[in-house]
Amino acid sequence: MNGNVMTTVEENRQDVEQLAKREYEFGFVTDIESDRAPKGLSEDIVRFISAKKNEPEWMLEWRLEAYRRWLKMPKPDWAKLNIPEIDFQDLYYYSAPKSQADGPKSLDEVDPELLATYEKLGIPLSEQKILAGVVAVDAVFDSVSVVTTFKAKLAEAGVIFCPISEALQSHPELVKKYLGTVVPQSDNYYAALNSAVFSDGSFVYVPKGVRCPMELSTYFRINERNTGQFERTLIIAEEGAYVSYLEGCTAPQRDENQLHAAVVELVAHESAEIKYSTVQNWYPGNAEGEGGIYNFVTKRGDCREANAKISWTQVETGSAITWKYPSCILRGDNSVGEFYSIAITNNYQQADTGTKMIHLGRNTTSRIIAKGISAGKSQSTYRGLVSSHAKATGARNFTQCDSLLIGDQCGAHTVPYIESHTPSAVIEHEATTSKISEDQLFYCQQRGLSEEEAVALIVNGFCKDVLQQLPMEFAVEAQKLVGISLEGSVG
Amino acid sequence: MSLLEIKDLHVDVGGKEILKGINLEIEAGKIHAIMGPNGSGKSTLSYTLSGREGYEVTSGSILFKGRDLTEMSIDERAAAGVFLAFQYPIEIPGVTNMTFLRTAVNAQRKARGESEMDAASFLRFVREKAAQLKVSDDMLKRPLNVGFSGGEKKRNEILQMALLEPSLAVLDETDSGLDIDALKVVSEGVNALRDPERAMLVITHYQRLLDHIVPDVVHVLANGRIIKTGGKDLALELEKSGYEGLIESAA
Ligand SMILES: Nc1ncnc2c1ncn2[C@@H]1O[C@H](COP(=O)(O)OP(=O)(O)OP(=O)(O)O)[C@@H](O)[C@H]1O
Ligand SMILES: [Mg+2]
Repeated sequence: MNGNVMTTVEENRQDVEQLAKREYEFGFVTDIESDRAPKGLSEDIVRFISAKKNEPEWMLEWRLEAYRRWLKMPKPDWAKLNIPEIDFQDLYYYSAPKSQADGPKSLDEVDPELLATYEKLGIPLSEQKILAGVVAVDAVFDSVSVVTTFKAKLAEAGVIFCPISEALQSHPELVKKYLGTVVPQSDNYYAALNSAVFSDGSFVYVPKGVRCPMELSTYFRINERNTGQFERTLIIAEEGAYVSYLEGCTAPQRDENQLHAAVVELVAHESAEIKYSTVQNWYPGNAEGEGGIYNFVTKRGDCREANAKISWTQVETGSAITWKYPSCILRGDNSVGEFYSIAITNNYQQADTGTKMIHLGRNTTSRIIAKGISAGKSQSTYRGLVSSHAKATGARNFTQCDSLLIGDQCGAHTVPYIESHTPSAVIEHEATTSKISEDQLFYCQQRGLSEEEAVALIVNGFCKDVLQQLPMEFAVEAQKLVGISLEGSVG
Repeated sequence: MSLLEIKDLHVDVGGKEILKGINLEIEAGKIHAIMGPNGSGKSTLSYTLSGREGYEVTSGSILFKGRDLTEMSIDERAAAGVFLAFQYPIEIPGVTNMTFLRTAVNAQRKARGESEMDAASFLRFVREKAAQLKVSDDMLKRPLNVGFSGGEKKRNEILQMALLEPSLAVLDETDSGLDIDALKVVSEGVNALRDPERAMLVITHYQRLLDHIVPDVVHVLANGRIIKTGGKDLALELEKSGYEGLIESAA
C-alpha cells in the first residue's frame, strides 16, 4: 500500500529525471538514463537502484552489506513447499514506474474475467478503472479534496505517512534509526535480498500519544502499483500512539514479476498499539497450476517496551506460493501479540504460513487464531512457533488452529513448535481439522443456495473469528473474496 | 393438474431399493399426511423430492407444477417452491441464523428474478414471523442451530418455511422433540401458512400432530410402498390398531 501514490509518483519522476541529467559519477556500467536495469544482480545493480532513488550514502552502504551477506546465504528449504528453482540472475531488479500511457484506454480493453470479479466484490466503477489501470488514482479521486483533507488531517496530528523512498529524503534520521532493527539484513535469504534491492514501500511514524485519526490506507487501497516486487515497509508508533494500517486489496492483482519478497517492520514503543491488516490476492496461477506469484514475505513486529501491543490480521487467498510468518517479539513487560489468519488455497496453490510469538518480557501474552481452508489439489501448512525465554515469567499463549478441507485431493498440515524456558509460562494449543459436510451443503442448497453460495457461506462461518478482526469496510469485501477464491472447488 | 404428481417411483439408496413404486398426487391447497413404521422410506421420499445426492431415481416420474423435478438441481427445486423441514436440522457454526435466513430468502428471490431484500426490510419481515413462532431475538443472533434445543430447531425450521413461502412444504417429523406448548405454537404457525396455493406433506408418527394440523388425506407407507390411503380418520384407526394388521393384509 502506498499512501501517497498520487502526489509522490510525480515527485519521484522529477527526481529521477534530475538524476538522469546528473553526471555519471559512480563508475559502474549500468546506464543511469535507462528506465530499467539490465537483468541480473550485482553490486552495480544495487548501486544503480540507490542512485536512481538519490539515496544517502549510508543507505547505499546498508544495501551493499545486505547484498554481500545474501551472496553467502543458503535458500531456506524447511517449509513444506515445492518451490521451482529461481534463477536470480534472470530477473530484473529495477524498472521505473510504468506510465499511464501503457495501460488500457478504457474498461472495454480490460480482461472481462477481471471485470466480473470486480463486480462480484462490489467494487465501485470508479475504483475498477484504477485497479484495471485505465486511469491514474488522482484522475478518479478528486486529488484536491480527498488527498488534501487526508494529508491535512495527518499533518495536524503529526503523523508521517509517505513512501519510504520519500522518507529517506525528508526524514533520513528516522529511517536510519529504525530500518533493520526488527528484521536485520541477514535475517533470512529473502529478507537479505529485499534489503539489498528493495524498490519502495510505506513509511509511517506516529508521534507520542497520538492516535492516528484514520485507518491508514482508507482512501488508498488502490494498490502499490509502483512499489515493485521488493516492497519495504516500516511503521513506528511512539509511546502511547495507535495506528491501524491496511495493506493490499481484495481485487485480484496481477504482476509481471513472478517473485515478490517483501519486508515489513513494526516498532511499538511503550503502551503503543499497531494493528496491521493484510488482504493478499496476488495472481495464484491458472487452474492447471501454471504461472502465479511466488510470495516470500518477512513481517515482524517488535513490542519494544512495556504494555505495547501488535496485532497482525491476514487474509491470504492469492499467490501460487506463499511463505509468510508475521511475528511478534514481546520484549516489553506485559506486551501483547496477536495473529489472526485466514489462508485459502485452491487448485495448485501452496501456502506455508503462520507466526512466531517470542516471549521475552514478563507477563507477556499472545493469541493465535489461524484458519486454513484447502481445496482442489492445494497444500496448506500452518507453522507456528511460541517461545518463552527464561525471564518471561507469567508468559501466556493461546493458539487455535483450524483446518477445513474441501474435497479429498488437498492437504492441510499443522506444525506447532513450542520452546518454553519458563516454568510459569502457560502455553495452550488447540487444533481441529474438518471437512465441509454433505449435510451442511444439502441443507443450504435445499434453502435455495447454489453449491458455490453454500460453500462460501459455510467457509465464512468457519473464518468468522478472523474476519471480525478486519476493519469494517474491508470485512464485507473480504467475505465476498472468501467465496470467490473457492469458486469451482466443489462439484 | 395436480401440484405434485408422483408415478411409480423407484429409488435406490446406497445400492439398495428403498422406494418401490410410489404413486402420490397432491393438489394445491391440500394437506397430506404420511405415516408408517421406522425405516419404511418416509425420509427417503422427502430427500428424493428435494434432490439430495445419493437418492437415485431408477424409474418412475415426479412432476411438480408440470415440470420434471428429477431434471432440476436442489436449489432450482427450492426456488421453484419445494421446501423440506428437516427431521434433524443441520448446524452451521459461525453463520448466524439471521445471516442464513437472509441469504436463503435472497438466493431464492434472485433465482426467480426478483430483487433482493435490503437488510432493514428483511429485519422487519423476520421479526414479524419470528414473533408468531416465538423465536427469540437471541435465537436469530446465534449460529444456525448450534446449541439449539430439539424444539428450538423445529420452530426454526417452520420460521424458514414462513419466510420462504414455498408451494410444497414437506414436514419430516416436525412434531418430534416438541413439548406440548411448542407443538401448539408450531401447529399454529403451520396452519397460518395454509393457503389455496400451497400444499403440505406432513410426515409423522403421531395422531396428536394431526389433531392440530388436520390433514385432507392420510397415507400409510410401509416397506417402500403406500399400502393404504384414507381420510383423517385413518390416522385415528392406526393409533388404535398399529401397522401390523395393515402390512399383513397388504402383503
Ligand atoms: N445410505 C443408505 N444406505 C443404505 N440404506 C439406507 C441409506 N439411507 C437410508 N437407508 C435405509 O433406507 C430405509 C428407509 O429410511 P428412511 O430414513 O427413509 O426411513 P423413515 O421412514 O424416515 O424412518 P423413521 O420413521 O425412523 O424416520 C431404512 O431401512 C434405512 O436404513
Ligand atoms: Mg425419517
